Amino acid sequence: MAAVAHDSHGNHGSHGHHEDHGHHEESFVSKYLFSQDHKMIAKQFLLTAVFMGVVAMLLSILFRIQLAWPGESSDFLTFFLGETWAPGGILKEDMYLGLVTIHGTIMVFFLLTGGLSGTFSNLLIPLQLGARDMASGFLNMLSYWFFFISSIIMLVSLFIETGPAMAGWTIYPPLSALPQAIGGSGLGMTLWLLSMTLFVVSSLLGSLNYIVTVLNLRTKGMAMTRMPLTIWAFFVTAILGVLSFPVLFSAVLLLMMDRLVGTSFYLSDIIVGGEMLANHGGSPILYQHLFWFLGHPEVYIVLLPALGLSSEIISTNSRKPIFGYRAMIGSILAIGFLSFIVWGHHMFVTGMNPFIGSVFVFTTLLIAIPSAVKVFNYITTLWKGAIVLTPAMMFAIGLVSTFITGGVTGIILADSALDIAIHDTYFVVAHFHIVMGMSAVFGMFGGVYHWFPKMFGKMMNKRLGYAHFWITIFGAYGVFFPMHFVGLAGAPRRYYDYSVYGDFNTKSYDMMMDLNVVITVFAIIAALGQLLFLFNFFYSIFRGPKTVQNPWRSNTLEWTTPIEHVHGNWPGELPTVHRWPYDYSKPGAEEDFVPQTVPLLEGEEEH
Amino acid sequence: MMGSKLVALIVIVLGVIAIAQLVRLYELSSKLRKEGEHETNSRDNRLNARMMLVFMSFLFIGFIYLMLNFGWTGMGEAASVHGRETDWLLNVNFWLIIIVFFFTNTLLFTFAHKYIRKPGVKAFYFPHDNKLEMIWTVVPAIVLAFIIILGLRSWNKITDDAVSKGAVNIELFSKQFDWTARYSGDDNVLGKFDYKLTTDNNELGLITTNTIDSAIFQMENGVSGINTLESKLNDKKIILVPEEREKMIVDLERKSRLIRILYQMRGHHDSKIDNFAWDDIIQKDTLYLCENTEYEFNFRAKDVIHSAYFPHFRAQMNTVPGLTTRFRFTPDITTKEMKVKMNDSKFNYVLLCNKICGSAHYKMKMIVVVLSKSEFKNWMNAKKNNSTFKKVYFPVVAPAAPAAAVSTDSTMVATVK
Repeated sequence: MAAVAHDSHGNHGSHGHHEDHGHHEESFVSKYLFSQDHKMIAKQFLLTAVFMGVVAMLLSILFRIQLAWPGESSDFLTFFLGETWAPGGILKEDMYLGLVTIHGTIMVFFLLTGGLSGTFSNLLIPLQLGARDMASGFLNMLSYWFFFISSIIMLVSLFIETGPAMAGWTIYPPLSALPQAIGGSGLGMTLWLLSMTLFVVSSLLGSLNYIVTVLNLRTKGMAMTRMPLTIWAFFVTAILGVLSFPVLFSAVLLLMMDRLVGTSFYLSDIIVGGEMLANHGGSPILYQHLFWFLGHPEVYIVLLPALGLSSEIISTNSRKPIFGYRAMIGSILAIGFLSFIVWGHHMFVTGMNPFIGSVFVFTTLLIAIPSAVKVFNYITTLWKGAIVLTPAMMFAIGLVSTFITGGVTGIILADSALDIAIHDTYFVVAHFHIVMGMSAVFGMFGGVYHWFPKMFGKMMNKRLGYAHFWITIFGAYGVFFPMHFVGLAGAPRRYYDYSVYGDFNTKSYDMMMDLNVVITVFAIIAALGQLLFLFNFFYSIFRGPKTVQNPWRSNTLEWTTPIEHVHGNWPGELPTVHRWPYDYSKPGAEEDFVPQTVPLLEGEEEH
Repeated sequence: MMGSKLVALIVIVLGVIAIAQLVRLYELSSKLRKEGEHETNSRDNRLNARMMLVFMSFLFIGFIYLMLNFGWTGMGEAASVHGRETDWLLNVNFWLIIIVFFFTNTLLFTFAHKYIRKPGVKAFYFPHDNKLEMIWTVVPAIVLAFIIILGLRSWNKITDDAVSKGAVNIELFSKQFDWTARYSGDDNVLGKFDYKLTTDNNELGLITTNTIDSAIFQMENGVSGINTLESKLNDKKIILVPEEREKMIVDLERKSRLIRILYQMRGHHDSKIDNFAWDDIIQKDTLYLCENTEYEFNFRAKDVIHSAYFPHFRAQMNTVPGLTTRFRFTPDITTKEMKVKMNDSKFNYVLLCNKICGSAHYKMKMIVVVLSKSEFKNWMNAKKNNSTFKKVYFPVVAPAAPAAAVSTDSTMVATVK
């Protein structure tokens, strides 16, 4: 089915590929803008996501300044927000919530979904499977441009008069439905909803493409059980996306109807701003069910690609096969499946039936089992390895550490009886930032350092990479570790100013104010550390030393392609696969790696 | 101000140039050493491996420091019966995850340190081992079963319906940006409510014959009531901006719909239920509770979702417009006692809003005071005598309910343990 989808460049099917690519010149527009080549689209996703990530990080620094030094005037705030949103250098309450909302939205969707899946699924699925391109280059191009427009709309919403969406990244109605309740629920929210609708379109086009490509365009010999774990992770991620993003779209659509047409899906018995609304019979809880039906799989849409990338990086740089390949696939599938039946753990205190709560406790805690298997398999892969600490490898090791740290606090939050006490406190914020803000981001950084030579044909500077890693892990742990304790002290999230604690509990007040300063200082250090990355990234694109074909001495197919990108990836025949991708340090082999294209020796067992 | 920005900009630009030059220098030197950027020399490898251990110490020492300084009960001792169990469960879980945290992170960082590439040593080809994999599937499964069973036991106890008989009913009403409490009075029955009855002197929309009448009156004859709107719209002398006219028409349509429902409500109203509301006591600013009394909190929201968060009682429940949610707990340490325990004379229990609800979300709180039984009785008696809903808001109107309904009150007095 997929092979039928011809793109304008034609002939990218798996049957022969005779024309010489060096000869056909492309215009700037078709090469760099409306490219249908998966490698270029991957780079477009990456650059857009990096830009969005920088914006979202800056937003977080702005509100961290407010949290650490509430009520103190800051030139930095005025510089970025102007007199409208930071009169006299003091952040406005509304804008604080706006910053928090847009920071969360951009990070979760634009950086970690678009950036991670968009970049690496696009880059690696065809390259690691031995395909000429994605099943449909055209849909792939559309996927990027929808993502791009969606990003633009999200950014534009920061600049409008009534401010961006301010109801938190989960935009629970009625707050998000009623412009009378908060300024950001006017035009800002409309733009947010529009942007997310386009994002869903982008995600669906991308995901369908990934699924079809993985199922149909594997090269000869590339059985499903010979696919690198990266591909397994992208594949399951894409399935999660296809099944869950449409539900977000329906949630968004109903919310739009409530806002624009006057329906009552989420509204009932409300008096706001002195106005008695006639809406009756809707339920705000319905929205939460719909939202979290996407929202929880979304966590794994963010995390699985990072785990896939790190599997590949850890195996390559330990010079050892990934331990328990089949168990790793099993865990990915189990996590993917379970992620659909746990959404209720976000809603233990919404007043839902306690029995249903118990069911969600059970399913949620089950996820810890495949997660534990993954962690132990990573650790065993390191054991007795010959580890090469490249920057990518260090980020992958950092990912495992943060996946543990963030995972175990999840056990506390999944326990409904405990969730009552710490729901919506900073404990939750710390938990999901360690998992998403550290693990997933580390996976992304690891991916960029590892596959940069494949993307740009250049090498990044490794010393800057090391410095970047150490600053990031020290800084980010410094931010999110103390945050747990702020949460355990009972500090609700999304508070503009914790000085209110001074009215009733001086001990907690002192602690929160102190820790908030510590957190902000670490956040600023970690953010400045990212400048090293940005510099290294852009400098290396233009002036980095040229790479060799297989810089990390890796087994997978992408390193058999030429350094200079060509359409169709391989200039001649597509490679044939003879073995799994993890034959590192195999006894009997001459080198410490055996690429997948090398036929099995006589009498050699596969693995 | 402009000057400092300029200076900052120049510093940044110079900084970037400086890094670029350093990178150039480094590249030239590695070219001389004939070492590609993809090769990791053993010096870098060893240095980073040592850093792994340094980092592990930073992580562990930092964790222990934070734990000793702030602990996991920064909010102080639990002040409710179930809260003590929550803390116990939290401790059990915390010890389990702390063990896992130290164990796995130690393995991770020491392996990353110990097994770095050494000349002549090949990695050990070890693709899988069924026994090992079985162990780390089954052991977590058993531990999790233990966690699940303990967790659900507490959860069932906290949310169990069976014990709620005899609990004292209190309503907590939330709106942007404050809390209002309503005590159920002698009958321990909260008066019924309907949001459409909300007026200036019936903020909670309680249902009585008088409140229905006054709501109808308000909607018809109030400042922007139906009559005013109609006369303005029909008055040819008033010239309205089209948008304003549009808005008024929409407003009028909405109000005409609402008034129809109000008239229906009056038609069906049974004045016997008036007394459930009349004896209720509405309380702002501070919520007074009696120690060792089980309370059933009924939560309502006027505008958006809020969340009633009592950190010291380990209690939390969202308040949702259109729904009534419930949470039950028994405070068992008085404020006075807690002040001594916390060694803080300014300490008070608090009810916070813990669901983003608008710009002043962070200010939305209510001080909670737990009194001893005798103190509470005195306070409550004074309130019952002077501050019932009827006495404060509708003092002049005669009770619409027959006397018989009043006399049943005494049989339904709240059972205070």
